[in-house]
Amino acid sequence: MGRHLAGSGESVSLSLFVSANTMASVTQPGVTPGTVRATACLLSIRNIAKSFGRMPVLRNISLDIAEGEFLTILGESGSGKTTLLRIIGGFETADSGEILMSGERLDPLPPYRRRVNTVFQHYALFPHLTVAENVGYGLRVAKLSKREIASRVEQALAMVKMAAYAGSKPSKISGGQQQRVALARALVNRPRLLLLDEPLSALDANLRRQMQVELKSLQREVGISFVFVTHDQDEAMVMADRIALLRLGELEQVASPREIYSRPATAYTAQFIGHTNLLRGEVKGGIVRCHSLSWHVDLPDGPVLFSLRPENIRFSAGPLGSNAVHVRARLRTRIFHGATELLQAECADGLVLSLRTASYEDRHVDLDLEFAPGDAIPVRESDELKKRN
Amino acid sequence: MYSRAYRAAITLPPLFWVALFLLLPYALLFCYSFWSVSPFQTIVHSWTLNNYRELFRVNVYLQTLFRSMWIAARVTIFSLLLGYPLAYYLSFAAGAKKDFLYQLVIIPLWVSYLVRAYAWKTILGSDGVLNTLLQYVHLTTHPLNFLLYSPFAVVLTLTHIYTPFAFLPIYASLEHIPRNLIEASHDLGASPLQTFWRVILPLSIPGVLAGATFAFVLSLGDFLAPLLLGGPSGIMISNIVVSLFGAAYNWPLGAAISFGMLVLVVGLLFLSEKLEKKWSFR
Repeated sequence: MGRHLAGSGESVSLSLFVSANTMASVTQPGVTPGTVRATACLLSIRNIAKSFGRMPVLRNISLDIAEGEFLTILGESGSGKTTLLRIIGGFETADSGEILMSGERLDPLPPYRRRVNTVFQHYALFPHLTVAENVGYGLRVAKLSKREIASRVEQALAMVKMAAYAGSKPSKISGGQQQRVALARALVNRPRLLLLDEPLSALDANLRRQMQVELKSLQREVGISFVFVTHDQDEAMVMADRIALLRLGELEQVASPREIYSRPATAYTAQFIGHTNLLRGEVKGGIVRCHSLSWHVDLPDGPVLFSLRPENIRFSAGPLGSNAVHVRARLRTRIFHGATELLQAECADGLVLSLRTASYEDRHVDLDLEFAPGDAIPVRESDELKKRN
Repeated sequence: MYSRAYRAAITLPPLFWVALFLLLPYALLFCYSFWSVSPFQTIVHSWTLNNYRELFRVNVYLQTLFRSMWIAARVTIFSLLLGYPLAYYLSFAAGAKKDFLYQLVIIPLWVSYLVRAYAWKTILGSDGVLNTLLQYVHLTTHPLNFLLYSPFAVVLTLTHIYTPFAFLPIYASLEHIPRNLIEASHDLGASPLQTFWRVILPLSIPGVLAGATFAFVLSLGDFLAPLLLGGPSGIMISNIVVSLFGAAYNWPLGAAISFGMLVLVVGLLFLSEKLEKKWSFR
């Protein structure tokens, strides 16, 4: 079967995977979100839609994935993220739209003919096979020689530090170890694309953080494109080259973690990724009025919504007259987070602001605050009506 | 924790029941197998191994036992060959019809065994449905006699009766296979056929073993089907036991054969349990 790279038996020891030089295609922030340069494009998802019965799960999804990219599909439960992954893997068929891999149609192929491998949410290791047999499964099915299977399995297990458990049954190893085996079992086939369906969700917090880092560096090492599904925005931020935020079956925003955090396109994005203050105001003649605050903006007249991150509000130090927006507020609550503290302050007009500071030692209740107008990012309203449809 | 009195109250009745209606009869059977019958047709309560010697001395007993095992083996194989594909279809392909089809498999179990055996008699007999049909379409000129009163008829009937018993555990084991394992197999490049051989079949072995044990043990001890449909060539070991306890009035010998059968069956159950353990991974 031509599904797996044959790889001559002698050169196996040289390198297990394609070199990582395909990593060069880092996406340009701010440029063409959702698409990448055509030359580096590995997978192209075009206008995919899917309904279960009369429930639309995905609506008109278009997304490109670059060679060597780590793309995270982020969304709440019910956003359709797993369905999208299953459509790429071939376990669901889309109602409409198409998927291209390197320019060729992928969506008509059954899962076993796609050069895509999956790490399943609950690992799905074969209970009747040993760790080594699990990892070698894809190679045996592809009828590779016994020698080559043995050497590739050995390397894959070494890569995930599970060589010592080669002879164990999956039921005898821990969740984190099963996770590594599942990863080795997928990567040993040298797929063009690896799909990961919330692979860390069953691990406890510490192991999870450790695996995030390991997984990310492993991905850089092997240079294979990863599509990683998660509902955890911190996980997405830590790991992804780009985040595709899915909401109610639609892409809300596709951008790098930095971009999506600092320039959220919608109110939903701003709230879902990190913590934010949403300020509702009205623009008139280049000046926005928001409660008792006002500042100059370069926006057309009309109602407007701003996202202002808590860490962008600071204690006023300089004299009045700088171009910062000044706010006087009373301290309401303080939530201690260790390195930082989240304060909630209420202005005289009832506006409540959250701000993040380094641990706040002062006992003052009256706060003199300011923020730069440029830190208040105008965002689109997220359409709430679609939710119930 | 429950009180002593409560635990005694709920465990003693079933224990008493088992002791009275199972252990005691088996113990009696065991004793009988070492006694003998006097020329005056009374039971002699002195211990002897003669009954067991008789078992191995008279050819007909061992021959009939082997024939019974051979019939039971064929019934087992045919029940598995019918039951496995059916279970596979119901578990993986039937979709919304699954529950309905499952009931269709179960419903025949509500019909008396005797009725089902008699049904085959009316189908296979020389004036039966099958022979009449064959002659009507001029495939044969005379009734085919080998259809009824033959091991063939016994195997056919027992297969019909015990296929649901083979089907049920296989179906249960297939239903227990996590579906993501099948997706994982496809994901790793295995075609549906490869997935069947490498994942589904190995994981359903405990069900197959349980089904095979049911079919084999139940048909090995069967005596109604051979009585109704077996004829002289289709006699099974239980028919001999029945006649020894009845007309022949040799309870000790009958008890010895029964006890031998019991040892055989318990041995089989033990073996099958061992194998099932070896093949279950959870």
